[in-house]
Amino acid sequence: MTSITHNAPLVQEQEAELKAAAHRAVTLRNTWIWIGRIMLAVVVLGGWQWFTAVGWVDKFFFGQPTEVWNSLVKLFTDGTAFGSIWENLWITVQEALLGFLGGTLAGVILGILLGSNRYLSDVVGPYIRIVNSIPRIVLGSIFIVAFGLGMGPKVLLAAVLVFFVVFFNAFQGVREVDQNLVSNVRVLGASPLQVAMHVTIPSAMTWIIASLHTAFGFAIIGALVAEVLGAQHGVGLIISQAQGTFDPNTVFACMVIIAVVTLGAEYLISLLESTLLKWRPPSRSEAQAI
Amino acid sequence: MTTVSELQRRGGTPTDQGGGGGDDRARIEIHGLTKRYLTPKGETFTAIRDVSLTVEPGEFCAIVGPTGCGKSTTLAQVSGLEHPSAGSVTVGGNIVEGITNGVSYMFQADALFPWKTVLNNVLIGPVLLGTPRKEATKLAMDWLRRVGLAGFEDRYPHQLSGGMRKRVAMAAALINNPRILLMDEPFGALDVQTKAIMQNELLQLWEGLRPSVLFITHDLDEAVALADKVVIMTSSPGSIKNVFNIDLPRPRGDVQQIRHEKRFLELQGQIWSSLKDEVDRAYKQTAGVSA
Repeated sequence: MTSITHNAPLVQEQEAELKAAAHRAVTLRNTWIWIGRIMLAVVVLGGWQWFTAVGWVDKFFFGQPTEVWNSLVKLFTDGTAFGSIWENLWITVQEALLGFLGGTLAGVILGILLGSNRYLSDVVGPYIRIVNSIPRIVLGSIFIVAFGLGMGPKVLLAAVLVFFVVFFNAFQGVREVDQNLVSNVRVLGASPLQVAMHVTIPSAMTWIIASLHTAFGFAIIGALVAEVLGAQHGVGLIISQAQGTFDPNTVFACMVIIAVVTLGAEYLISLLESTLLKWRPPSRSEAQAI
Repeated sequence: MTTVSELQRRGGTPTDQGGGGGDDRARIEIHGLTKRYLTPKGETFTAIRDVSLTVEPGEFCAIVGPTGCGKSTTLAQVSGLEHPSAGSVTVGGNIVEGITNGVSYMFQADALFPWKTVLNNVLIGPVLLGTPRKEATKLAMDWLRRVGLAGFEDRYPHQLSGGMRKRVAMAAALINNPRILLMDEPFGALDVQTKAIMQNELLQLWEGLRPSVLFITHDLDEAVALADKVVIMTSSPGSIKNVFNIDLPRPRGDVQQIRHEKRFLELQGQIWSSLKDEVDRAYKQTAGVSA
């Protein structure tokens, strides 16, 4: 008995110590991660700057970080030959967003339709695979010839790129639905529509939302490429203009701007994901954290 | 974990519900039932052949048989999820054509919606029947209390233990007060202790509602401890080999206690000698295929 009463505070002390030690270990680890990240950026950007400054790499072709920064500042202060950067960026983002929404909607609807209908999917399946193996980016040329230099062809190209990513995921998602769940609600008297509402769509949602991350990247690519091919406004036009005047720094500056936009969109999609999929068990792999 | 005595104290007796006991609409008659499947290669595979069986209203009937003998196929025909190739299933005097009314299914893998909370998982039954959401919620809360999960309604299935998930599935299966309860190895994946607890709770709830039960299991002890009637099926293609009436008195009480009773052991021995040949033959069949 006495030994127990003696031990109790000792055990508590040990526990507190262990907790503190664990906390210290975590803090230390995080500190090192950030040191590593900053070092990596310094090495890459500094190396680039250094190599071009010394002349081992020709900055006329490959640009220079400080010059890229200057171009960025110039883009935002002086604007471009086609209006302010904000106007152009807004047009590109609009095209990407519209393409993203259109492509996603079409992909989800067709994916779920074909996924739940065996006959339809057997008939259409091979054609979808054929269309998927075509380099679809080339369609941009056709769209521009057919629909002119306005926003239409850009939205269309973005939508086509997005469609296939979302479609295949929605299709697979429907195929992966737990047949026990379907049987269960059918026995409980669910109509086909109710089966779709309660089982098929929520189940495919995991797959669909996973595809949205990649899909937005494709939407931006579609819009940019179509603009490079021919446009009157947009970031893609600025890029192709800069290419024509041998100005790599402006091209890099545009890349930075687009990267920021994409990261922002990615963040919004992650928010959507965590609200829609809050039922999911916490992720098992750390790969998702990257 | 709740125990049986706790459940008893909570009082599982339904008042406003009909149940299956003594109700002719809960009689299952299976006549010469045969089911053939078309394999992707275009061959036919006979899963069950000429199965005939009657389950009286409110009777607990266990089906035992070797792996792959068509036990689940039989259940699928009764529920109306599939259509027989020959023969017929009659429930309450009506031949089963579409989905049978008043049936609930419980699977080995708990068929819970991972994206729905516990409460929403349970109330799906009444909602699909068109019950207003408010009433359905009230009913579901009551059932969660009955299976000992009050306070867990906002959890998601992945946050529950295997036994708790089974309770949710049980509440979801029983909330519509089914005439017929089809159970396909419902406790197959549970550990031994949890299994015993769930068996006791199932008996408790069944005695309150008295649906007719078709209960598939590999576990002979489970079949004898729970059922009024144990049906032995032959190896593939499955047909009925023997039917044993289990005359152990009801209520059975603790399934772990009953296993040591003399009558239980007698019955268990008789049934096992009938089942053993089929298990051996099924094993040889599968071993022959893989060799």
